[in-house]
Amino acid sequence: MPTRQDIELLRFTTCGSVDDGKSTLIGRLLLDTRNIFEDQLQALKASSERRGLSEMDLSLLTDGLKAEREQGITIDVAYRYFSTPKRKFIISDAPGHLQYTRNMVTGASTANLALILIDARKGMVEQTRRHAFIASLLGIPHMVVCINKMDLVDWDQTVYENIVEEFRMFSSRLDTQDIQFIPISAKFGDNVVDRSKNMNWYEGSTLMFNLENVHISGDQNHIDCRFPVQYVIRPQDDQFHDYRAYSGRIIGGVFRPGDKVMVLPSGFTSKISKINVADREVSEGFSPMSVSIQLEDDVDISRGDMLVRENNLPQTGQEIDVMICWMNEKPLMEGKRYVLRHTTRELRCMIKEIRYKIDITTLRRLENEKQLGMNDIGRIHLRTTLPLYYDSYRRNRNTGSLILVDEATNETVGAGMIL
Amino acid sequence: MFSYNLNHLNELEAESIFVIREVAAQFERPVLLFSGGKDSIITSYLAQKAFYPAKIPFALMHIDTGHNFEETIAFRDQWVDKLKVKLIVRSVQSSIDKGRVVEEKGPMASRNSLQTITLLDAIEEFRFDAAIGGARRDEEKARAKERFFSHRDEFGQWEPKNQRPELWTLFNGRKNHGEHFRIFPLSNWTELDIWNYIQRENLDLPSIYFAHKRKVFRRQNSIYAFADFMQLLPEEKTEELTVRFRTIGDMTCTGAMESQAHDIKSIIAELLTSRLTERGTRIDDQRSESAMEDRKKQGYFLALVNSLIS
Repeated sequence: MPTRQDIELLRFTTCGSVDDGKSTLIGRLLLDTRNIFEDQLQALKASSERRGLSEMDLSLLTDGLKAEREQGITIDVAYRYFSTPKRKFIISDAPGHLQYTRNMVTGASTANLALILIDARKGMVEQTRRHAFIASLLGIPHMVVCINKMDLVDWDQTVYENIVEEFRMFSSRLDTQDIQFIPISAKFGDNVVDRSKNMNWYEGSTLMFNLENVHISGDQNHIDCRFPVQYVIRPQDDQFHDYRAYSGRIIGGVFRPGDKVMVLPSGFTSKISKINVADREVSEGFSPMSVSIQLEDDVDISRGDMLVRENNLPQTGQEIDVMICWMNEKPLMEGKRYVLRHTTRELRCMIKEIRYKIDITTLRRLENEKQLGMNDIGRIHLRTTLPLYYDSYRRNRNTGSLILVDEATNETVGAGMIL
Repeated sequence: MFSYNLNHLNELEAESIFVIREVAAQFERPVLLFSGGKDSIITSYLAQKAFYPAKIPFALMHIDTGHNFEETIAFRDQWVDKLKVKLIVRSVQSSIDKGRVVEEKGPMASRNSLQTITLLDAIEEFRFDAAIGGARRDEEKARAKERFFSHRDEFGQWEPKNQRPELWTLFNGRKNHGEHFRIFPLSNWTELDIWNYIQRENLDLPSIYFAHKRKVFRRQNSIYAFADFMQLLPEEKTEELTVRFRTIGDMTCTGAMESQAHDIKSIIAELLTSRLTERGTRIDDQRSESAMEDRKKQGYFLALVNSLIS
C-alpha cells in the first residue's frame, strides 16, 4: 500500500457548457480511480433510477450546480478532490457560459493544467475558443483537449483528426506550448482511466496517464528570488527576547542561509542567517514554501516589503500596463480609482487609459472602448500611488498578478496580469 | 539535478500557513473556532507553526453544546495548555437560558443547529472580525464552492450572490463595520490528507477517534453513543460495541462506526478501503439530505445556506 505521504499535487481547471459531458467526465474520473464511496454510489444509483435512466448518470455526482441554476443562485467555481497513488488532484470546476468568463478566470488562476472538452459531434464552438484563450492568458502551462462523446460518432478517427487540426490552427495564436489531444468517451470510460478498446487507432496516452505524469516541477519560477514579507514575527518574551523573523511565502527563486539579499523599497542589504519552516531550520527555501527568514542585521522591514537578490531585481514603476478581466456589474472606466492588491501590498491606483478590449472569440482588438463591462477582458494603463515591484505575469504568475477592489463596496472587481 | 518540488502535504501545509498569517495581517480581532475535532486540532497546530516561536496571536473559542464527549473536553484543556493560548467558551445552554434559542424536543433533538446563534452572539460580544474554522471543501457538495475568505454581512449571513471571486492567493479581507469573515485554511485538504498529516506529524488526538468499547444504540442505520440526556425510542436498546468516531461533534448527531482500528496506521488503512463517506455517519447531514430531496418545498437555498453557516 502506498503511504500517500509523498505524492505530488496537481491543480487543474475544467470548463465547459451544460451538455458537453464535463460533469460526466469528472464523475468518471472519480469512479474509475475509486474515489467514490459506497453511500455516494447508492445515492447515485437511486437517483439515476428515479429519473428512469438505464445507466448511472455520473454527472449527478458533482452537479450541485444544476439545481442552483434552477433556483437562480449565482453560478460559481466549485472545487473537487481526488487522489491516486501518484498524485492528489484539485479540480476547479467552472461553468462555461459567455457571461461566466469571470468564473473561468478565477478557476484558471491557480491551475497548472487546463482540461478542455469538445463534443465530437459539434467540434470547436465559440466556448472552446474562449476557454482556450483564457487558459493561455492566465498562463496555465499545460492544456489537455479531450474530444468527448466519441461513442456518438462511431469512434471515427477522421472526426477526431479534423477537430485536432482545427484546434491547432486556432491555438497557434496562443502562448501555451504544451497541448495534448485525447479522444474519449466519458460516459463509457474510454481513454479516461482505462485505455479504449474501441479506438485502436489512437496511440497516445489516456487522460489519467497524462494527469499523473505531466511534468509540473518546472511550473514554479525557481530563478528570480522574490519574497514578499507577509507578517513580522516578534515573540517579545524572555526566551526569544530579540527574535525577529520575516514570514511569508516564497514566490520565486531559491533562498539559502548566507545569501545576500536586498530589501525593497528601502534598498538596504543584509545576509540571511536562518530560514525556518516553523521550528524546523531548512537549508533552502523555494516557491511555494511558507517560511520565516531571519537576517544578520537589524533592518526595518514590514509587511509589503520584498526580499530579492541584488543582481536580479524586479521591475519598479508606478505606470504599468495590465491585461484585466472585469468582474463587476459597475464597469471599469478611465479616471476611476481603485484599491490595488499585489503580493502582500495594498495601495491605490487610477485608471489612466483603456487601450483596447479583446473580443475573446475572434481575439480581435477593439479600440476606442470607453469602458469594460462585466466579463470583458482588455488592456489598460494605470498609475499607482506608490511604486510597485513586479515581474511580467508571463515570467512570474505571483509577482505579475494583481486584483482591483472597489473602495465603496470592498468587492473584488478586477483580475489583472501585468504585461 | 535536484528537483524543487513540494509533496502534497507540504504544499497544503504551506498554503494553510499562508492563509492563517494573512488573517493575522489583515484583521484586527481574529479568533480560531475550536471544537476538539481533528480538523480544528490541525488548524490550531498549523497556527502554532505559522507564528513560531511566538504564541498564536489570537484566542481559541469553543462553542459548547453541552452535549460533548468527555474525552474531547479533556483533550481540549490539555491542548490549550500546550499551545499557551487563551480559550473562550460560550455555551448553547446559556443561549437557551437567555431565551436566544429554543431547545429542540423529542428523541431526535439536537443542539447542533442552535450553535449558530451562540456563535454569532459571541462574535458580536467580542467584536471578532474573522473567525477561523476547520471546514474542508470535500466534506459535502454544498461546501465545494466555499472560499478561503468567506464574507458574512452584518447579520452574520452568508450571501451567495455577494461572495467575492478569489484569484491567485490575493485574498481580499476588506469589509464594512460590523461585518466579519469566516476563514477556512483547510479548504483544500481531504479526510485522507488530514490522517496522513496526523501520522506524519505524530499528533495527539482525543481517544474516541480510536477503537474503544462503548455503550451505544442503533438508530436509522447508524450507531450512537449513549448518554444520560438522550431519549431512546421504545424499540431501541443499548449495547456494548467496539467503535470509533470519524468526526467529533455534538453527541446527539455524531455517529460511530464499528472498528478495530487502534492506531493511525490502521485508521488510514481502513479509510483506503472504506465504503462510506466521513459524513455518512452524521445524523445532521442525513437530516439535511432528506430536506434536499424535498428542496422545492423546503427551499434548497436555505439548506445550502445553513450548511455553510454551521
